[in-house]
Amino acid sequence: MKALTANRLIDGEVVWLGRSGQWVETLASAWLLETPEAVAEAEAAGAEAEASRLIVEPYLIDLTREEGEIRPVRFREKIRARGPTVRPDLGKQARREVSAA
Amino acid sequence: MYRYDEFDAHFVSARVDQFRDQVQRRLAGDLTEEQFKPLRLMNGVYLQLHAYMLRIAIPYGTLNAVQMRRLAHVARTYDRGYGHFTTRQNIQFNWPRLKDIPEILSQLAEVEMHAIQTSGNCIRNVTADHFSGAAADEILDPRPYAEILRQWSSLHPEFSYLPRKFKIAVTGAPHDRAAVQVHDIGLQAVRDADGNVGFRVFVGGGLGRTPMVGRLVREFLPEADLLAYSEAILRVYNRYGRRDNKYKARIKILVHETGLEELKADIEAEFAEIRDGVLKLPASEIERITTYFDPPAFVAADGDEAVLEAAIAADPQLEAFAARNVHPHRAPGYASLTISLKPIGKAPGDATAEQMEVVADLAERYGHDEIRVSHEQNLVLPHVRRRDIPAIHAALVEAGLGEANAGLVTDIIACPGLDYCALATARSIPVAQRISERFGSPERQREIGDLKIKISGCINACGHHHVGHIGILGVEKKGEEYYQITLGGSADENTSVGEIIGRGFSYDEVVDAIEKVVDTYVGLRETPQEDFLAAYRRVGDQPFKEALYGTA
Repeated sequence: MKALTANRLIDGEVVWLGRSGQWVETLASAWLLETPEAVAEAEAAGAEAEASRLIVEPYLIDLTREEGEIRPVRFREKIRARGPTVRPDLGKQARREVSAA
Repeated sequence: MYRYDEFDAHFVSARVDQFRDQVQRRLAGDLTEEQFKPLRLMNGVYLQLHAYMLRIAIPYGTLNAVQMRRLAHVARTYDRGYGHFTTRQNIQFNWPRLKDIPEILSQLAEVEMHAIQTSGNCIRNVTADHFSGAAADEILDPRPYAEILRQWSSLHPEFSYLPRKFKIAVTGAPHDRAAVQVHDIGLQAVRDADGNVGFRVFVGGGLGRTPMVGRLVREFLPEADLLAYSEAILRVYNRYGRRDNKYKARIKILVHETGLEELKADIEAEFAEIRDGVLKLPASEIERITTYFDPPAFVAADGDEAVLEAAIAADPQLEAFAARNVHPHRAPGYASLTISLKPIGKAPGDATAEQMEVVADLAERYGHDEIRVSHEQNLVLPHVRRRDIPAIHAALVEAGLGEANAGLVTDIIACPGLDYCALATARSIPVAQRISERFGSPERQREIGDLKIKISGCINACGHHHVGHIGILGVEKKGEEYYQITLGGSADENTSVGEIIGRGFSYDEVVDAIEKVVDTYVGLRETPQEDFLAAYRRVGDQPFKEALYGTA
């Protein structure tokens, strides 16, 4: 299982490609890519979003299901999804409500 | 300190306008990311894990109260209320929005600051001893020369696309606090028997994945030749440095692969061509720049010391602060104060906007309006009257900046690591925090004595782990953080690269391992005055290996 992630061009915010093609600010709203076709479709959407200056440097990340929750496999991506481990008051982990990008 | 002349002011503001235009063109789609990335990097803008990062130059680590207040303003208005002081005496903001960065740079330009050449394959911000112009052991103030180098290297057309980045450090004291031997060019100002000023020149030092100690290429370079000789080194590097492999592109590799004698001959040949040309530094120009760094009027009086002594006698916390964070000054009755950005359990080098403002106020009120950033990620008030130390200390304690740990086990250097950095492979800050907490008691720190722990979250070594008495390198192994320990590194006048002691430790294990190393040292030192490095150099790594891995 994968998701497509990037940083938003205008402010650097970490985003993932959402289920209906928008770029979302929480991993929970990301489109889970479970087939090669979905991956290809997402990558095409990423290239298009990059060309239209919404995001920069999109790439695929591996996800896994742990205790019923979707989590990134790599620790780096876990930190991107939450914020600095040393500053729980900053980053996505500090927000109560997150709107779609 | 140096003040911009008309040329500097115009140059920096033109650069802000240029970058504002570049950001607009990027956002409008006239520039692709591939085109824009080198432009933003030339202006100190990186894209990190969570956001953009803006690195602002603090030339040779010197700033005044107005500039520090402006940094606080940027932190509060455009960032998340804090900044991170770095091992290259700069400051980084971790959360700026790209669309705001031209405005931030414009506001910085108003106070004579910029982010030029804080990234990219160019000559980076020149660093210097943080006690420059103040230290009792100083032969001469290196800042005028650092400023001359800054002016020469700023947008130098020939050196804007070097094979790789290029770092210069200058010290004016025999005890090297600027780590000059681990820089591409390291300069140590000296005087010859006749009192003439010159430099011992080291070339090819560096950390990263291939740590090397700089090699001495000149025992005495006359000050008039500083720029011509630097230009000769850069020309040889620019011509022969490798561009096929970024990991072999620094000048240290060129020194290593070419051989010192051949490279020296190349440099000397180039130098002979240009030494009597336009780069010859006239004495009048050195003098003109030096006047910007004239010391303030020192006004100590009889009785000052008694005021300090009485306060120390009444306050054990102040006594500890005076013992660790006060450095001898060249002027009687004065001292340089280290403001520790390493409160127990906090992120090394971080300061809040409020703390920056407190430091600015103290510098203005007690410190002749001078502040320094040290490469050890602390702040310094270089010129304070000793009788004012109690008042300054009280204000620092109130701001959470009164930690009396300069040079002790909790005065740890750490890079941002995987909590922020896109290149990192493991976290650095929380390892530093846990070590700081483990050794946090003042008595234990004092008992251990001088000890430099330096932590990097990847092989690029921004946390200088190779030259830590105890170095810690975080790596990723099978998806987990692992920490390699090196012992015996040092970045002073007796620079050495630490040696890996053995297999690495997990995130959970590493603090225990460090404690074993420290306890082993305390157990085997001959006297409490024999510091960690001296003890390690005497006994070697065996006792530490046994403590960490057993004898089997």
